[in-house]
Amino acid sequence: MGQYYQTESVIHKLDPRVKLVATICFIISLFVVDSWVGYVVAAVFLAVMIKLSKVPFRFMVKGMKAIVMILMITVVFNLFLTPGEPLVTFWKLTITKEGLRIAVMMAVRLSFLIVGSSLMTLTTTPNSLTDGMEKLMNPLKYVKVPVHEVAMMMSIALRFIPILLEETDKIMKAQIARGADFESGNLIKKAKAMVPLLVPLFISAFRRANDLAMAMEARCYRGGEHRTKMKPLQYHAADRIAYLVLLVYFSGCVALRIYL
Amino acid sequence: MSLILDHVNYSYGDDTALSVHALKDVSLVIPDGQFIGLIGHTGSGKSTLVQHLNGLLKPTSGAIYYNGEDIHDPDFDKKKLRSKVGLVFQYPEHQLFEIDVFKDVCFGPKNLGLSQKETELRAYAALKQVGIADEYFYQSPFDLSGGQKRRVAIAGVLAMKPEILVLDEPTAGLDPRGRDEILDQIAKLKEETGITVILVSHSMEDVAKYVERIIVMNRGSVLYDDTPREVFQHYQELEQVGLAAPQVTYIMQALAKKGMKVNTTATTITEAVEEILKAL
Repeated sequence: MGQYYQTESVIHKLDPRVKLVATICFIISLFVVDSWVGYVVAAVFLAVMIKLSKVPFRFMVKGMKAIVMILMITVVFNLFLTPGEPLVTFWKLTITKEGLRIAVMMAVRLSFLIVGSSLMTLTTTPNSLTDGMEKLMNPLKYVKVPVHEVAMMMSIALRFIPILLEETDKIMKAQIARGADFESGNLIKKAKAMVPLLVPLFISAFRRANDLAMAMEARCYRGGEHRTKMKPLQYHAADRIAYLVLLVYFSGCVALRIYL
Repeated sequence: MSLILDHVNYSYGDDTALSVHALKDVSLVIPDGQFIGLIGHTGSGKSTLVQHLNGLLKPTSGAIYYNGEDIHDPDFDKKKLRSKVGLVFQYPEHQLFEIDVFKDVCFGPKNLGLSQKETELRAYAALKQVGIADEYFYQSPFDLSGGQKRRVAIAGVLAMKPEILVLDEPTAGLDPRGRDEILDQIAKLKEETGITVILVSHSMEDVAKYVERIIVMNRGSVLYDDTPREVFQHYQELEQVGLAAPQVTYIMQALAKKGMKVNTTATTITEAVEEILKAL
């Protein structure tokens, strides 16, 4: 899934909760509709959202690369293994009419699903995404789910990814300067060569975690109870309109399923 | 055993919108046996430059020659180059990983494919060179103090017997005493072995005492490349790029302005004292 793409757009400015709910609804809608008209509606909805987000289309396609294998396997299995009216037969393989239909449907569903969720991660910073999740899952508190703690852990983990990548690069270079070789040799040799990289990396990760915990304690961090935010999430007019659009789209999809 | 940089350019993240031109047309000759200070403000390209010296980074354009051979030639043995140009990174203690000090120092020479005996001899000599006492040899490197850890890490590079030793901010984060210890040890090492030493720093004060040549970097290009005496004469320009001359320079300049007949090119306290006594 794509990393945040910075630009000014209506979609970027939406409340992260709206985007989360919309993404979930969109994914459900993909599995609700089962007619071609429904897919055209979903495609139009998605295309309009992409246009509004001002994110270049090639960034969405980047997310697709990761699932190309899964997509192929799904298509191939559905194509050949669905029983029904034979369409083409060669050697021992038969493509049936039903198989073709399901394969195409699956491919469309999967790619829409990926593009749709990429759109969310491309237009929302990881921080506001976790903020939105925390707010949305708030009711779970009453069944003793540590919502705030989970959200905090998520944002810390996300924050640490670039730091640890940089650290890895630095240690790797330092060890290469000492004659380490990370590339040649067989699998066992390669695994062994990772020790001089992994040990310092783990130590540095623990040190950073320790420092962060200390800094948080020093600022009297106590977790979620009675904690206020500098920028609390608030719905604006645009968010209400977005919910309305979503409602129209979703009920349209359900209606198509029932009446078509 | 000279190292020549010929019109080296380097930019980070070349095909993205956030491309940073870190080195601009850097040409340098580093002959044998010099003690060089490489000075620059944060982000001036010092660290990028030193990573070019042992081939960790490849110039976007331009070439680097070691003994007349292009180091990015496909036939060139980079591993050998890395043993000849020893690079000690910033905070080198963060790269320690072995279960004891001695084994960690052995890592470099072992990678060069030396025999067990030769490896251990070199590790022992290197640890002695940086002044680590025998009793620490079989302790975990993580139990040592900050200054000791750093010296062990420097020994790890020294054990490869480099001809050019590059130290990237070796005194960062150390207290004044640890700083002086490390710098004195490097100076002693330089005197005993005659290797080339390049000391990267942002503090003129640190290097003025030791080096014979100063290269000042500013925004990716070489601003001055001369003896400390000459470089410090530009103390006003140095201030403009976020650096400063040693305090001695300021005192001598102030005295000269007040009408005292002193030679303003003194770079160390001893020299300054002599000058002032002469003028009195």
